[in-house]
Amino acid sequence: MAVEPQILGPGPEVLPETAAVHWRPRVDDARLRRLGALWTLTTVAHVVPFLGAAALLMWLNPLALPVALACVAHAWVIPELYAQRGANVVRPHRRAGDGPERRALGLLGDLVDHDARELHAATGLVLERGRLGTWLVGEAGALLLRGARGRRAYCYCVRVDGRVAAAAELPSGDRIAHLLLALRADEQGFATVANLGFSGARWRLRRRVKAPMRPALDTAAATLDRRSSGRS
Amino acid sequence: MSKLIRMDHTGHSTLAEWTPDDPVAVEAAVQAFRAELDRGYLAMVSTGPGHALQVRELPLNAPLVILRLPIAGG
Repeated sequence: MAVEPQILGPGPEVLPETAAVHWRPRVDDARLRRLGALWTLTTVAHVVPFLGAAALLMWLNPLALPVALACVAHAWVIPELYAQRGANVVRPHRRAGDGPERRALGLLGDLVDHDARELHAATGLVLERGRLGTWLVGEAGALLLRGARGRRAYCYCVRVDGRVAAAAELPSGDRIAHLLLALRADEQGFATVANLGFSGARWRLRRRVKAPMRPALDTAAATLDRRSSGRS
Repeated sequence: MSKLIRMDHTGHSTLAEWTPDDPVAVEAAVQAFRAELDRGYLAMVSTGPGHALQVRELPLNAPLVILRLPIAGG
């Protein structure tokens, strides 16, 4: 299936869908680092005041323990809700009929290697190594793992454009193939078009994704681990 | 034999098949290709593991050309 790029005419180019979000800066390594830091800062800004309030209440009057506990619960729940929002981007959607799903899976299978096919069969996610990190592509979103051992996850909500009538009827395999082809054509453009729903620790996200999908996160992290040890 | 396929509700549909030395089949494939681009589809070809390329003209030597819909942030 591979074709030499030079015989196909125009060279690599920007994903045309980025025109619809022309105001967004193009995502690159530096921007991802900044976004990650911003998410960490936001989490700290949510957690620290509640923990501080809990400590202050206990210092003022130990009888305020129930209120202090409520503050601690808030400090715990808010980051969990963000992580849940991240996990939701790879939540499976409604299936089409058996025939279309099988045909779509056949095409998707042709686009990826044996390991990725097996991982998709087990988890519903397709692993794709990129320059920005390792991606796990789902039907309506993608997870990007970066950093040492894939410690940080970025959860992107992105799908076949719902304004096109045909999009609603696509089998799940085709929805993934759409995202995969766009990602392969222009990884930075793909991340620019997609909406970032969450960025944070992989362990936090792992607890929120459905159990069958968790091995995909582990495999993606292991991929990054091998990469970083290969560099050293 | 090269193929032009469109991802749709059936899984995918084969719109055209051609070999570069068959001008009639090539012309039919080019017409089908342009019609789908006019409908808003984007044409992609695989250029190796992990790489794809968007094309605006039908690459006659590509074994498989895939038509996809645009994507958008959810």
